[in-house]
Amino acid sequence: MLKTTTLEAMLAAYPELAVSEFRGGTRVVAQRGKLFETLQWFLCQRGFDLLVDITCVDYLNYRDAKDRFGLVYLLASTETNERITIRVYLNEPELSVPSVVSLWEGANWMEREVFDMFGIVFDGHPDLRRILMPDEFTAYPLRKDYPLQGRGERHNFPVLRRNQA
Amino acid sequence: MALELPENVVVSKLDSLANWCRKNSLWPMPFATACCGIELMATGASKHDLARFGAEVFRFSPRQCDLMIVAGRVVMKMLPVLQRIWQQMHEPKWCISMGACASTGGVFDTYSVVQGIDRFIPVDMYIPGCPPRPEQLIQAIIDLQDKIQNEGTITGEEFELKSRQATKRALIELPVIQTPVHLLR
Ligand code: SF4
Repeated sequence: MLKTTTLEAMLAAYPELAVSEFRGGTRVVAQRGKLFETLQWFLCQRGFDLLVDITCVDYLNYRDAKDRFGLVYLLASTETNERITIRVYLNEPELSVPSVVSLWEGANWMEREVFDMFGIVFDGHPDLRRILMPDEFTAYPLRKDYPLQGRGERHNFPVLRRNQA
Repeated sequence: MALELPENVVVSKLDSLANWCRKNSLWPMPFATACCGIELMATGASKHDLARFGAEVFRFSPRQCDLMIVAGRVVMKMLPVLQRIWQQMHEPKWCISMGACASTGGVFDTYSVVQGIDRFIPVDMYIPGCPPRPEQLIQAIIDLQDKIQNEGTITGEEFELKSRQATKRALIELPVIQTPVHLLR
């Protein structure tokens, strides 16, 4: 739950943020250009010291959706128990956002996972490699236009026979 | 030639003696990647007691093992590891594919899960179930023991070689003897 004071301070600092409520949680849609600044403001001014998760949603073929990807940052403050969801919409070909590893160390693997699954590039990430899929994998499997059963990558291995081993 | 043998001496073939030794001292390599691994552990534990079948010595080094038990799903990133471990095991060696996932991919028909390890490494025995109960694994080991006793490894490569040489040598060295018809059964 977000405190009213936090909400007011946020709207005073960033009047362009679109705020909505859902089941007691506060959601904010940030602009891509101002994402890093907004997140930094939450960390430094309001003490949101815990980055719970970074994840992404692919809105391809989703009803009433205007944008392709929604990148979601879940923040929490261990001091005041406040929580907030910050979302930024991304469209091809501009699939890059600044990395927040400099703000929260824990963002390192989360950003690698989002990069691995959705192909979102985090500028300034210290080590942006795939984290779950093999390095030679080329697709981004959680995108909605990637088939569930893959494109045959899982069958693409040498076969060992009895007499070869 | 008649041999006078004492009662406690049995004549056998070296092959079946070797197979008999092999089948009763299987050293499993537990390749347990998922929930089936829990049943594998239960099989080795005291209640089900795999030691009754001489297969209780689980080794975590492939160089000391001759039975690979793949228990659980294998994903794309794990498959090269599986193949490497299989290659590191010494002949003669056998493989049990335990559970639906290892045998077919199970319910995980997705981009990253290998749809059955038998596509990429040889498998001697499949165990159905999700997960198979320890009794099923024990049954598979008993069946595998029968198989080892009768066939050696799955293709019997080492025996094949020997028998191939044997027929060759027989052709070269020995005269062909016609068996009298009345002796054929
Ligand atoms: S077969 Fe069932 S129990 Fe075994 S690994 Fe697959 S899901 Fe788990």
